[in-house]
Amino acid sequence: MPRSAAYLRAFGCYLPARVVDNAELAPQVGVEPGWILKATGIQERRYAAPEETVAGLGARAAADCLAAAGLSARDVGMLIAASGSGERRFPGPAAGIGTALGIGGVPAIDLPVASAGSLFGMALAARMSPAFGNVLVVASEIMSRVVQCDPGGRDAAILFGDGAGACLVSPEDGFAQIADSILCSDGEFGDALKLDLDGPVSMEGRTIILQASRKVPRTISQLLGRNQVQAAEVDTFLMHQANLNLITRVAQSLAVPENRFFCNVARYGNTSAASMLIAAAEWRRDRGRRMDGPVVFAAFGAGLHWGALLCTPV
Amino acid sequence: MENQARIVELIQTVSGTTINPSPDQSLFESGLLDSFTLPDLVTALEQEFQIRIPDSDLSTRKFDSVARIQAYIQSRS
Repeated sequence: MPRSAAYLRAFGCYLPARVVDNAELAPQVGVEPGWILKATGIQERRYAAPEETVAGLGARAAADCLAAAGLSARDVGMLIAASGSGERRFPGPAAGIGTALGIGGVPAIDLPVASAGSLFGMALAARMSPAFGNVLVVASEIMSRVVQCDPGGRDAAILFGDGAGACLVSPEDGFAQIADSILCSDGEFGDALKLDLDGPVSMEGRTIILQASRKVPRTISQLLGRNQVQAAEVDTFLMHQANLNLITRVAQSLAVPENRFFCNVARYGNTSAASMLIAAAEWRRDRGRRMDGPVVFAAFGAGLHWGALLCTPV
Repeated sequence: MENQARIVELIQTVSGTTINPSPDQSLFESGLLDSFTLPDLVTALEQEFQIRIPDSDLSTRKFDSVARIQAYIQSRS
């Protein structure tokens, strides 16, 4: 079936001001700061201020993205907001983000998909943009309010942080074309990582890592294979920033140098759905030049949901 | 018994230790395995015993002790 083209136009992000380093967090969860760094590669994370909201963080990332694109909110035809940590069962943050941007009336869809949410949002945006024009994908999380900061909640508390990222997908113009994507879901391990209505986040970390270690490289390989792209040709891999050790493992599985994986997990921790777009925004700012080859996005998280998306330079 | 020795050897290889765990000892609670050596062990088990471990079996509970791993290998053989 022929597909209309969709392009990456810009990224944006917003990180709350408060920095929580391992020295501050470690005594609360009953470990040494060095243990957190070794287990996760995370040095510090950001926590939202009490008055900040998921929609508020998302709106700031969206504004940053629109500024990077040189567009105004009036140029957006659809908004997709990914978050697993919204303050309410409904409505989700999507409509609030649209209103904060001054585009009430524009369709705004919530994706409560947690860590893989921004990847799913980008893939959906690529399909929607030929019909709706510019699609703004926003991912925003305040995970610090849904983790248990004591020894019983250690495994989740050491990982998660707050932040928001955004991506503008255009049907007409951009620096890279969204060439293909693979999205997968399987509820068999739904209880391995979950946030029940009364919280906090519950995680069987070993099972999640075991699943991700196999599913992520396999999905990337499948995506590259069907597009006749070698892993060595990829300019940059932009993965969900879950844990440095997992990113290292995926690089090893693909036989790709680790420095091809853009990584900022040390500074922001795991910001769930937001992490991949925050990484993309920093990557784009750091390396504001023409891409030397394809870029691969990949994410894995609660659901289980996972996938990969291939972008080629234009 | 032979399988048990082979499993212990694989655990020692991926964990980089010479510790010999008892059959029912938790490999995670004892610190022999962690989130990142477990995937290595699964791969090593597949190669050593020439089996394919499907994603649906990739649960920590199946690999928490030598006895559990041995039972799982037997069920797949």
